[in-house]
Amino acid sequence: MKRRNFIQQTSAATALVGLGGLLSLSFAPNTQKHITILHTNDVHSHIEPFPPDDSRNPNMGGVARRASLIEKIKMENPNTLLFDAGDIFQGTPYFNFYGGELEFKLMSKMKYDATTIGNHDFDNGIDGLYAQLPHADFDFIISNYDFSNTIMDGHTRDYKIFKKDEVKIGVFGLGIELKGLVNDSLYKETRYLNPIEIAQDTARNLKQRENCDLVICLSHLGYSYKSDKISDMKLAKNTENIDLIIGGHTHTFLDKPTVTRNKIGKEVLVNQVGCYGLYLGRIDFYLDDRSSLKANGLKIEV
Amino acid sequence: MNSKNTLKIGCFLLIGILLTACKENDLQTVKIEGNRIEINKDLSEDAAITKFIAPYKKHLNNTLDSALAYNPKHMVKSDGDLNTAVGNLMADIVMEQTNPIFKNRTGETLDMVLLNYGGIRSGLNKGNVTTRSAYSLMPFENEIVVTELTGTKIKEMLNYLEKAKTAHPVSGIKIIMNRDYKVKKALINGKEIKENENYYIATSGYLQEGGDNMNFFKNPVNLYKIDYKIRNAMIDYFKKVDTLSFKKDQRFIRK
Repeated sequence: MKRRNFIQQTSAATALVGLGGLLSLSFAPNTQKHITILHTNDVHSHIEPFPPDDSRNPNMGGVARRASLIEKIKMENPNTLLFDAGDIFQGTPYFNFYGGELEFKLMSKMKYDATTIGNHDFDNGIDGLYAQLPHADFDFIISNYDFSNTIMDGHTRDYKIFKKDEVKIGVFGLGIELKGLVNDSLYKETRYLNPIEIAQDTARNLKQRENCDLVICLSHLGYSYKSDKISDMKLAKNTENIDLIIGGHTHTFLDKPTVTRNKIGKEVLVNQVGCYGLYLGRIDFYLDDRSSLKANGLKIEV
Repeated sequence: MNSKNTLKIGCFLLIGILLTACKENDLQTVKIEGNRIEINKDLSEDAAITKFIAPYKKHLNNTLDSALAYNPKHMVKSDGDLNTAVGNLMADIVMEQTNPIFKNRTGETLDMVLLNYGGIRSGLNKGNVTTRSAYSLMPFENEIVVTELTGTKIKEMLNYLEKAKTAHPVSGIKIIMNRDYKVKKALINGKEIKENENYYIATSGYLQEGGDNMNFFKNPVNLYKIDYKIRNAMIDYFKKVDTLSFKKDQRFIRK
């Protein structure tokens, strides 16, 4: 894996990291916090691993394996959050037979914290999605779909704030424009709102009013497009206050998160792990008290 | 306001400021690491999850693998030039299963079916034909639609097929091309295509909306949604018949 280090405020960072470590060992209490974010996207009802004779992904994927991996990571760091970026449904007969029930039940057993909603999650209609909600012990976070004239009204959240080891993590969600992508008889009166405007407002609220230490966007917009279509990369560049965008839709296999810069030149990470549960994405955030010497620069190792 | 009160307010203000300062986010991200972890067979399976999936899997497999019909001959996508047994199977099944529904709703009869070669997602092995076979042939959720097209649009369709040089599955039409893929003869219901006449063509919603650049399907005179998945049409047909008899034939050829 290629390793790139982005160091802000290089003046002090390299010299003082070592000293900071020493200081925290000697007399200051260890103030460093460690938050692990795990994520999937576009799993598309892939419950079982691909068979050994599969032409593309032999022996890969499988929910039972993902579950043991997640469990292991949570044992190592209890301050872990687990997210999905949508398109949970559609892709194997498990969906056609059980309508998404098994997908939601398994995600609940794996203790997913939240998901956003993908276009294929409407494949059995908005009523088909609603019907499966009782099987989901996790939140549906989507900020730019107005469901007020639909059966989903009140069953999703614009954002949610998670607290892990005193760290406040604000999470919001963005869905793709459904018109032209999904038959309108399926999504009914779901209204799509401008994702950039919603993201700007929601992220500002989370960072500045709610004082979140981290702001994460779960997005089903897609990684990037040649056209003007809004994507995660465009979203990152045209907004502020977002630390991480966890994406989906385009089935983009990134072997490491993309580091880009937002509207005011601050780093934003954009990640996506392809599809079908072939990979689990993992982002580790280390935070420290502003007064600590270690907090003198941001080091991104991807 | 007396001085005591002023002091009180001052104290409150001070406490207020202190509280705000404490509440203010004082954590800063110092390091971020990003990785992806492959889910492969080196990872152990969570036994509880495997056990939970088992009954769903069993029921699914029982249903998917029970025999619906018998196929006497291997069918592969590459067994023909401009028509194949498996392509004919799909197009003929769409014709046979759609026609009664369409007739019932409109009183009209289908003239032809056009699907796309890329939409045939597998072959069909000799032996038992199952629901799983239908899922392999057609994993997508595409639904059947009927378009009413003018004869002019049918001519556009023939131009498309000349350029495509591909065994796109058809039913109800006979097309003879020369060696250079130019249409020599095209008959619907045994008759020449008339530009001022309209025809009823069944296809998938995906193609009607311009999939595979089949733009002649866009803006038809009329569009009828059948609310019937291609896959379900196949499953229903397999349940209905005992032995399949589809083969490569003379419907779409070069000579």
